[in-house]
Amino acid sequence: MNFRYLPMTEEDKQEMLDYIGVNNTSELFSAIPEKIRFTGEMNLASPLSEPALIKEFQKLSSKNENIKMHPSFLGAGIYDHYIPSVVDHVIRRSEFYTAYTPYQPEISQGELQAIFEFQSMICELTGMEIANSSMYDGATALAEAALVAASYSKMKKTKIIVSEGVHPEALEVLKTYASGPDLTVQQIPLLNGQTDVEAVQDAMDDNTAGVIVQYPNFYGSLENLKEIEKAAHNYKSLFIVSSNPLALGVLTPPGEFGADIVIGDAQPFGIPSQMGGPHCGYFAASKKLMRKVPGRLVGQTVDEDGRRGFVLTIQAREQHIRRDKATSNICSNQALNALAASVAMSALGKKGLRQMALQNVKNTNYLREQVKNRGINIVNEQPVFNEFIIDVKQPVSSINKKLKEKGIIGGFDLSKVDSNRNGQMLVCVTELRSKEEMDYFVKELEGAVNAD
Amino acid sequence: MQTEEQALIFELSRPGRTGYSLPEDELGETDVENLLPAQYLRTNEPELPEVSELQIMRHYTALSSRNHGVDSGFYPLGSCTMKYNPKIHEDIARMPGFAHVHPYQPEEQVQGVMKLMYDLQESLAEITGMDQVTLQPAAGAQGEWTGLMMIRSFHEANGDHHRNKVIVPDSAHGTNPASASVAGFEAVTVRTNERGLVDLEHLREVTGDDTAALMLTNPNTLGLFEDEIIEMSAIIHDAGGKLYYDGANSNAILGITRPGDMGFDVVHLNLHKTFTGPHGGGGPGSGPVGVTKELAPFLPKPILIKSETGYTWENNRPHSIGRVKPYYGNFGINVRAYAYIRTMGAEGLKKVSEYAVLNANYLMRRLQPYFELPYNRNCMHEFVLSGKRQKKLGVRTLDMAKRLLDFGYHPPTIYFPINVEECMMVEPTETESKETLDEFADAMIQIAQEAEKEPEIVQEAPHTTVIKRLDETLAARKPVLKYKKCVDSENKVKA
Repeated sequence: MNFRYLPMTEEDKQEMLDYIGVNNTSELFSAIPEKIRFTGEMNLASPLSEPALIKEFQKLSSKNENIKMHPSFLGAGIYDHYIPSVVDHVIRRSEFYTAYTPYQPEISQGELQAIFEFQSMICELTGMEIANSSMYDGATALAEAALVAASYSKMKKTKIIVSEGVHPEALEVLKTYASGPDLTVQQIPLLNGQTDVEAVQDAMDDNTAGVIVQYPNFYGSLENLKEIEKAAHNYKSLFIVSSNPLALGVLTPPGEFGADIVIGDAQPFGIPSQMGGPHCGYFAASKKLMRKVPGRLVGQTVDEDGRRGFVLTIQAREQHIRRDKATSNICSNQALNALAASVAMSALGKKGLRQMALQNVKNTNYLREQVKNRGINIVNEQPVFNEFIIDVKQPVSSINKKLKEKGIIGGFDLSKVDSNRNGQMLVCVTELRSKEEMDYFVKELEGAVNAD
Repeated sequence: MQTEEQALIFELSRPGRTGYSLPEDELGETDVENLLPAQYLRTNEPELPEVSELQIMRHYTALSSRNHGVDSGFYPLGSCTMKYNPKIHEDIARMPGFAHVHPYQPEEQVQGVMKLMYDLQESLAEITGMDQVTLQPAAGAQGEWTGLMMIRSFHEANGDHHRNKVIVPDSAHGTNPASASVAGFEAVTVRTNERGLVDLEHLREVTGDDTAALMLTNPNTLGLFEDEIIEMSAIIHDAGGKLYYDGANSNAILGITRPGDMGFDVVHLNLHKTFTGPHGGGGPGSGPVGVTKELAPFLPKPILIKSETGYTWENNRPHSIGRVKPYYGNFGINVRAYAYIRTMGAEGLKKVSEYAVLNANYLMRRLQPYFELPYNRNCMHEFVLSGKRQKKLGVRTLDMAKRLLDFGYHPPTIYFPINVEECMMVEPTETESKETLDEFADAMIQIAQEAEKEPEIVQEAPHTTVIKRLDETLAARKPVLKYKKCVDSENKVKA
């Protein structure tokens, strides 16, 4: 088999071996004790030619239904949005995707400036003073925000209060992260779809490092940020808000409600669902937390001739300098996806982002009205952004099966995350759902619900 | 060469310009006030740019021209494995059945995706010699922390609550001690001996009944194989600890030796390094973790199961450390890594390591006469040089790195590992040709000669880049982390 990624010729090999002064390449591995050498051949599938590789992966790809084949009403943290064509054309430029972390600023100004612009856009949307260059995803960003809250109290406060309106998988990730430094995670239930503010107030104490809510929450409803902020700050806890950044095109940003940290996932901006990753966590904060923030920060400066330029900065927080005293262990992040999000935010711009957000609100309200008009129960009647819950009064999985037969990908089965929510379907409606698709969904949903 | 300042995208903005095309509004005019209460309605518009589509393309094309990637030129950044990123992987990852699947679709709709993930797990288990693999961790550092959390749960399940220390060599990546700390351990440093390897005597001293694990990169960050690994494994295991393998340097050992056979209990791999990721300007990566049977019950949940009826997710895992990432990891990166493994097979992967090591040794020997070589014996996939000799002439390693930029190269990793003075860590990778290595060696030799004869050329470098050395002190002292619109006297928008 020839390997097109390996340029070594027999002649090169011989010249190099001669130059080094060894007889063969095995001599170069002589430091490896015989006892632990792997002598057989690894049991892997045989090498494939490029055409065979394409065939193989096309076969695998075609075994999956994808959300572009059918109108999809599935959201629950990952959304089917308009991706401007320019996004992929930019991120396919190999000067971006074949580079690594911009350690040498003189030949990495492109990446550094792109990150600086990303940080600026995230600050604008969230209403916060600073933002980092990205996190793995919204859930790990949320967990790291909890660690920052504890560390901000110099580990004197060890309790994190978190609303059950937070994405269930983020809640799970938070618990795993919190168990490292032995933080206590106290969950606050929802009351009529929103975080129970009184329960937050009751749970607060001097040991509370941070209070976390999601806005809009996992179940679609908006949260009473004003009251929760008061409850958090009364005890000098950090107020942490997880937000869908697209929603902030139309919703009052958490920064205006006094949030100390705003985190979330920029997946709605130019990033396809791809089975849940890679997406793009973001981390925004108030200035007082600048030296506590995890991950890379890009700052503006000047060169020897006074020209504006950009560098990685305030690195004394980071693992490669501070080692075990670092604010986080994060090294690789989601830079390319942050670039995708930046391009999408630039294309949408001030007007488009608001318009797209509004279309989500309008479509979602339209569908909710239509479902209600057919006599099907709606669980949350409160204001929503792009998700709400339908009570189908039977297993959601069987309804989704029927919808699928009609060419529709139904909503999220909430019984999977809460056994008290049998029969509840979390439905998402983005700007991509046409009126025809929504009307078709309502018709087929009614048929499926009334089938027996 | 472009030496003008590059405008920020915000500075290109003009009110009323658009770069988007949203679906037609079919529902007619609705007052947003009727849909959302006033307290939730955003009153100020976010200051995002208003630009046309062509402006966007020109802006980002200009930025890309100010960025060096592997496709632009040689990138011997040690410990980062900057190998070629196959273009076919970019096409494959964008196939609709991979790019547009939602993790909450019913399992029967995504069997192809699940098969791919399962086969990748199996392949990585075979490559590392481990029993079971999870694809959940997003990057190497998250893999480290995941592995340590599993070790912690393992000890706790055995009633070993006092094991609170993780041993880390002084030459280790910074993420090792940082991950130990995030996992709730205290990091203890073990010294490197004069051979550039872990000092076994010191390891014995710091190992005890409070040892949870030893984290090791093998070959280590000096590019040397820890040839006493069998003894080290015995020291740690006899004390009841576990052995953690940092896979950042696994490009040296594919098909030659396996962490599982060396005695490691937990392994992470960096798929964006060894398995062609790509690096994305800093990410996304992917950091799968492999474990022995003994530690498998503690893997993050859910677990991917293959049964007669197909692939399924198993959530009933009472000993699991829980979730470390939402959904199922950085699937898009995992697709690329799997395509790479299918392209290379066992035969190709072994050649990868053979040639990576040959390239590194050749380059090391070509440079040896001109630079201090602290460990003068065969290296693995990378090697370290010291700029000590040039420092005496007033030329620092930083200066030489900057001078390399004039030749169109990305410099090696510098000032790491921290136990070598004026360190340069060079990793050429197997995808570079002999000609490239020779040209790079010639440039390095020229720089060494310049350091002797005309040091100011090196000290004042770079000379040909779009920007000169930047004031990092200013950036840290007076941080400007976002664009702020201000209007000067000529009414020109400036940052």
